[in-house]
Amino acid sequence: MKLRQLALATAVAAAGLSSALLPSVATAQAKDQFFPVLVYRTGAYAPNGVPWANGYVDYLKLTNARGGVNGVKISYEECETGYATDRGVECYERLKGKGATVIQPLATGITFALTEKAPNDKIPLITAGYGRSESQDGGVFKWNFPIAGTYWIAGDIIIQDIAKKNGGFDKLKGKHIALVYHDSPFGKEAIPILQERANTHGFKLSLLPVTAPGVEQKSTWLQIRQQRPDYVINWGWGVMNSTLLKEAQATGYPRDKIYGVWWAGAEPDVKDVGEGAKGYNAITMQHGAEPNAAFVKEIMEKVHAKGQGTGPKDEVGSVLYVRGAMSAMFAVEGMRRAQERFGKGKLITGEQMRWGLENLDLPQAKLDALGFKGVMRPISTSCQDHVGSAWGRIHTWNGSKWEFTSDWYQADEMIIKPMVKAAADKYAAEKKLTRRSAADCQS
Amino acid sequence: MFYRENGQFKTSYRADQQIFAIAQDRWAILVLIAFAALGVPFLADEYLFRAILIPFLILSLAALGVNILVGYCGQISLGSGAFMAVGAYMAYNTYIRVEGMPLIVALLSGGFFATLVGMFFGIPSLRVKGLYLAVATLAAQFFCDWAFLRVGWFTNNNASGSVSVSNLSVLGWNIDTPLQKYWFCLGFLVVFGLLAKNLVRSAIGREWMAIRDMDVAAAVIGIRPVYAKLSAFAVSAFIVGVAGALWGFVHLGAWEPAAFSIDRSFQLLFMVIIGGMGSIMGSFFGAAFIVVLPIFLNQFLPALGALAGVEISTATVAHAEAMIFGALIVWFLIVEPHGLAKLWSIGKQKLRLWPFPH
Repeated sequence: MKLRQLALATAVAAAGLSSALLPSVATAQAKDQFFPVLVYRTGAYAPNGVPWANGYVDYLKLTNARGGVNGVKISYEECETGYATDRGVECYERLKGKGATVIQPLATGITFALTEKAPNDKIPLITAGYGRSESQDGGVFKWNFPIAGTYWIAGDIIIQDIAKKNGGFDKLKGKHIALVYHDSPFGKEAIPILQERANTHGFKLSLLPVTAPGVEQKSTWLQIRQQRPDYVINWGWGVMNSTLLKEAQATGYPRDKIYGVWWAGAEPDVKDVGEGAKGYNAITMQHGAEPNAAFVKEIMEKVHAKGQGTGPKDEVGSVLYVRGAMSAMFAVEGMRRAQERFGKGKLITGEQMRWGLENLDLPQAKLDALGFKGVMRPISTSCQDHVGSAWGRIHTWNGSKWEFTSDWYQADEMIIKPMVKAAADKYAAEKKLTRRSAADCQS
Repeated sequence: MFYRENGQFKTSYRADQQIFAIAQDRWAILVLIAFAALGVPFLADEYLFRAILIPFLILSLAALGVNILVGYCGQISLGSGAFMAVGAYMAYNTYIRVEGMPLIVALLSGGFFATLVGMFFGIPSLRVKGLYLAVATLAAQFFCDWAFLRVGWFTNNNASGSVSVSNLSVLGWNIDTPLQKYWFCLGFLVVFGLLAKNLVRSAIGREWMAIRDMDVAAAVIGIRPVYAKLSAFAVSAFIVGVAGALWGFVHLGAWEPAAFSIDRSFQLLFMVIIGGMGSIMGSFFGAAFIVVLPIFLNQFLPALGALAGVEISTATVAHAEAMIFGALIVWFLIVEPHGLAKLWSIGKQKLRLWPFPH
């Protein structure tokens, strides 16, 4: 009986406290630009989610340490999605209510769900390097911004690198490439571009799905052992990547013939395998591990040195950390751009933020000033093109760290453009949407 | 004192057999429904609607369906997530493939196909029972996961395998705003709740319960196990399928098979077990417990930490949420193995004896 009363009292107290506390948290943020941070610091994909989140938050802290955006400070709140779509939607609704003007879903499933919600709520989505590839087409996907890369761009560049290593696209004829992919919308994103390339160049493409989360790959590797493809492309993620590399080691498949997507090209993916992963390649959506970049040093100086850093110091500058920081930078620069038009030093709305992201212009000089020299190439988005820069590089694990092993590649617009347009048109037809008019682009 | 049926005399069988025999109950439920339909819209904000109330309504509906199968008919199923998926994907296919398909018909057709799949995967229940049946129904889960991931037809050959719907409307009434979605789901829930309650009070519901309590004895007194078990699978899968379609169409808007993974099946089963097996009311309690509590903990813990002057990191909150949630499940099951619905009925019983409960 006593236990029950105790529980009852706790429940009542909890209800009372929460109703007293929650509103006060929300009102404290009225004067700052509020950035929601959807993260997964727990669950199967946490090893990759944590550095991303740390980088994202650290960059926001750095922006505040730099004096905000024309004096406007940034406030933020994290929300744990655990990579589950329904929790992600809940987080979105929660943080939307606190004045979110831009959101980065950080999961393909959540991106798909929010793509349907964002236009009604007038909140732009940034999916830097992930999300749905056809959302590059700003004419249909007005609120989606896959800035600086999509999965189709990534796939295209991987094929370009393979072609270069073989001495030209004509040498790809008769080759055999196997795509080992995470069996989810994320993994399947790669298929259309690789099929397109396979048809053009006449190489054989085998599709080998791996059931999420990807620890069971024995049958996949049996197939690889039988078929001996010339190259393996790994469209995996989280625990799937290290499993894949271990299986490759066990099968004796040369690691330098394996290419990973950028989610499969960070330190947590290869660390466990160490020497065994030596030679493994991965596409980078522009940046790799950048411990020497100017902005990383600035974060160490202005954030970590003051004891305000997020996460461990030695992870600062790792691949996914830089990814998080870069994603935050896009949002911050979108906000700065919007302020240039709608009033410097003012809070901006979701619609203004959307304009800022659509007219984002980051030439080399600006990137250098932000501390991103050598990390990435200039970005310029437009109404039709929400990517802004379709470049990438390949980096290779040398047993202890990631090193760039290729020059810059630009994804082939001639191939990707029509694909994006066709897919976007299909989406528009399904949704009975019309393309944005030229006048809408001006607004 | 206030809650007593003294003096409420029944003069007809009809009056005696109504759902809520006690006038206070009748009024309470009517007030509750009226409040849900008319009062809540004034109180709830968008967050409450879209993040809590709508998922709660839809998962209550799903839990109701699972409760018919697991709670009333005693057939443990781990395929509920699959039936939800069938409902969602087939509703999607009827909706986009047939020009001018009305929304409600599409949702119900999702339920219809879920019924077919449910009956098919219910066939093993004629030979295997209990845990073995649970394992057999797992096959439904894996099969559906596989089918919706690999068979392009189901997803209208979308490259990514994810499907989406938008611009829903019923008879010219657009379902865009959170409030409209809430009403839409509430309408479904009320209709199906009434349907389910009447089903379990009827002959067929009694057959299910007889099968649950002892199938051999039920067969001896003339209840056909084939008919009873398969009808339970059919009704359950239909309701779960409609809930799945609502989950995809109304709540998520865009979904992939992972939205109806094995986790969802477990979640639904837990709702039924914690809420109370064989109780319509229990489905609602269970859904509320599973849907609302984690979200509440997730927001309450940082606020509590702030009050104490401690900043709790997101990861810690997520871990603590899982731990407290797990501990509460264990606690509830120890204190009241018959679920929250039993606590509710004990409370009612005590209220009748108030002010001197014993």
